[in-house]
Amino acid sequence: MQWGSLTEFFAMGGYGLYVWTSFGATALCMVGEVLAVWRRHVAAVAESRDGA
Amino acid sequence: MGIAHINWFKYSSPQAFYPLAGRMMPWFAAAALGLIGVGLYLGFFVAPTDFQQGDAYRIIFVHVPAAWMSMFLYVIMAAWAGLGLGLQARPSFMMAQAIAPTGALFTFLALLTGAMWGKPTWGAWWVWDARLTSELILLFQYIGIILLRASMDDLRRADRASAVLALVGVVNVPIIYFSVRWWNTLHQGASVSMTASPKMAATMVTAMLVMMLGFWMYSCAVTLARMRCIIVERERPPSWGKQAATQDVAEARECSGGV
Repeated sequence: MQWGSLTEFFAMGGYGLYVWTSFGATALCMVGEVLAVWRRHVAAVAESRDGA
Repeated sequence: MGIAHINWFKYSSPQAFYPLAGRMMPWFAAAALGLIGVGLYLGFFVAPTDFQQGDAYRIIFVHVPAAWMSMFLYVIMAAWAGLGLGLQARPSFMMAQAIAPTGALFTFLALLTGAMWGKPTWGAWWVWDARLTSELILLFQYIGIILLRASMDDLRRADRASAVLALVGVVNVPIIYFSVRWWNTLHQGASVSMTASPKMAATMVTAMLVMMLGFWMYSCAVTLARMRCIIVERERPPSWGKQAATQDVAEARECSGGV
């Protein structure tokens, strides 16, 4: 392992902003998609119960 | 029971596929979580710092898997669309419909993480290079397919029109893939190829491939979940309604333009 400390890990050799924005955005999008699909499913099932 | 004894055609009906997808989903989700966890560990703690690009190169562990998924998912979506057109099969169109948003998401992520990598290494967030431009066009294609479907009330026409658009647009995928060879681009060539030995350290390649497998599993899980939404939205099986009669279902199908 090449990281001496937590600060060093977050700094990413000076590229922290770029690296963490990339990973953060990816995580956010994936979690967001899962939540969106989940809500869509709940809504679809509710509507099919009411509307049928 | 051997695999040969399973009647696979049974699952081509949405009503039978719905519970099957529900049973498969958690396995794909668990595999995605596990693989992405291992991939992140390998990517941040095992793979060494690159001697040229420093730690900025670590963006590769999300950038390349996202870019590959954007192309894989497009091809798979177009294949389902083509199958739907050929067989007049509603479930095939529904699969294509279920894949599109995830493909668009990965295309967006490939572009965003690419910008994050371009700034420190090239000095620019964006350049009108063949690879970047063709990937941007792919994003517009996904959005176009989703919007075209959304713009039509008649589901049958929406299925067919978006399928034709998806099929026509598949020509862009080889253009994206070979763009780094056909044109003189700023974007670097393939990091991993079937014919040549990798240009990166083995741990870097492993981390990237594990992340990609994780993204594959994620895509399977979320596509199956969306497929279930679409089945409920479009099919409305009688057993889910309080007192739905067969007539209701027939009506719903007529409205949705189903066969």
